[in-house]
Amino acid sequence: MRNPLSEKVVEIKPSGIRKFFDIVNEMDDVISLSVGEPDFDTPWHIRDEGIYSLEKGRTFYTSNAGLKELKEEVANYLKRKQGVSYDPKDEVLITVGGSEAIDGALRAMLNPGDEVLIPQPSFVSYEPCTILADGVPVIIELKAENEFRLTAQELEEAITDKTKILVLPFPNNPTGAIMEKEDLEAIAEVVIKNDIYVISDEIYSELTYKEKHISIVEIPGMQERTILINGFSKAFAMTGWRLGYACGPKAILEQMLKIHQFAIMCAPTTSQYAAVEALRNGDEDVEEMREAYNQRRRYLMHAFREMGLECFEPFGAFYVFPCIKEFGITSEEFATRFLKEEKVAVVPGTAFGDCGEGYLRISYAYSLENLKIAIGRLADFIDRLRKER
Amino acid sequence: MREKLLSVIEKNSRIDTKELAVIMGVEEIDIVNELAAMEKEGIICGYHTLIDWEKTSIEKVTALIEVRVTPQRGQGFDNIAERIYKYPEVTSVYLISGGYDLLVTLEGKSLKQVSSFVTDKLSTLDTVLSTATHFILKKYKDHGTILAKQYEDTREKVTP
Repeated sequence: MRNPLSEKVVEIKPSGIRKFFDIVNEMDDVISLSVGEPDFDTPWHIRDEGIYSLEKGRTFYTSNAGLKELKEEVANYLKRKQGVSYDPKDEVLITVGGSEAIDGALRAMLNPGDEVLIPQPSFVSYEPCTILADGVPVIIELKAENEFRLTAQELEEAITDKTKILVLPFPNNPTGAIMEKEDLEAIAEVVIKNDIYVISDEIYSELTYKEKHISIVEIPGMQERTILINGFSKAFAMTGWRLGYACGPKAILEQMLKIHQFAIMCAPTTSQYAAVEALRNGDEDVEEMREAYNQRRRYLMHAFREMGLECFEPFGAFYVFPCIKEFGITSEEFATRFLKEEKVAVVPGTAFGDCGEGYLRISYAYSLENLKIAIGRLADFIDRLRKER
Repeated sequence: MREKLLSVIEKNSRIDTKELAVIMGVEEIDIVNELAAMEKEGIICGYHTLIDWEKTSIEKVTALIEVRVTPQRGQGFDNIAERIYKYPEVTSVYLISGGYDLLVTLEGKSLKQVSSFVTDKLSTLDTVLSTATHFILKKYKDHGTILAKQYEDTREKVTP
């Protein structure tokens, strides 16, 4: 028989997280700090709206690009939050999570051989999606001494005449890093000078703890060369609803819509009705959840200081990214031993790129009570490691 | 800081001041001072424990009693409210807008005890025109806490 498989797909490495997931799943009573989604339930008024839409029989396809009301609310929201205008008619596309938007944007923009700059450590899908779209991923290794921000110099050095897209994943999963206005201005200058495009994945935009999130599209000259991606998963605790969106220049969105229309048809209808409610009446819920995350973040930073564990202070998302280089073992060894000896699951930094070596991703999408138990065990564990050395 | 501090301790009054300082990002002394000030000002009125008595072997009956009264000249409802809230078995007294005047909640050991309070003490007060007693059969949610179900983390254990 002929080989049924695509070489391109076979070549793609499975997600590093997957392997870890399998080990964790076989163990009982594990405290997990490895989850990349909120611990809050979707606020009830949002769920209620979803249920309501089902009761009313709104069980049909929506238009390909999404419900008109939702696209309008997305445009209103971005106006309100970032002060930028998008035309809901042809500059907003409702997708199945931010993930579909990432995939669609890359496929709509890449020709074979085009290079995509991907800062790492970062979310696991940029690299494989680039490969699937026949692009060439070029990794930029972010550094702890820059608080894992992307610098203009790092960007400049990675650009070649084949570079077409920069992926900008901030606030960042797994590091919790953010980009502030000056950082973005410096990046924008290089981007414009070199005539490249930006895919800005801002799924954690509501979860920043210093000042309000700033999008690169707010920097003059950037909106016309940026696909802004966001969604409902993190801000409104709606991961399972699978709903996100992409906003950008009409010419690109038109092509993304084509892919979306043939591959997906439309995002789930129930989710779209619920999302309208989220954007209209969800600000208070977001504020409440942000405050809870911030309390946990402060608690963790304090606990790390007390146990002498090196960690830069992250101001975004719901992750901390402590450094474990002092113990002389790899991230994977650390995470595996920690899991076996203390029954706490954390994700090795290497799951988010090779340059995550020497770091761990610890999620604080858990109650303080839970975090306290886990951090107690972490303190015991690193005490033991220090004595071993 | 006041508002945030209150929203934390409203849910967890046992959290210690050191930890409060950490999660609020301020000094412990500020927390101590702020709590003391709010106790003095009567903003913080107590640090009670929320108990689901159903799960204990102790018998308790809770009733909500709607009370219609004749307000008194110069006193309004304050006088009659005071007469009612002084009874130790009364757990709360609210002045209510709408079809009746006072909502009284009452805890007793048995149905009989509650009904004798209503017939002997409450209804016989001069200004009380009428009462309607509702017994609570089950508490699903109390003080913002769901009693009927326990939180369960149903997320996948590891996700990117």
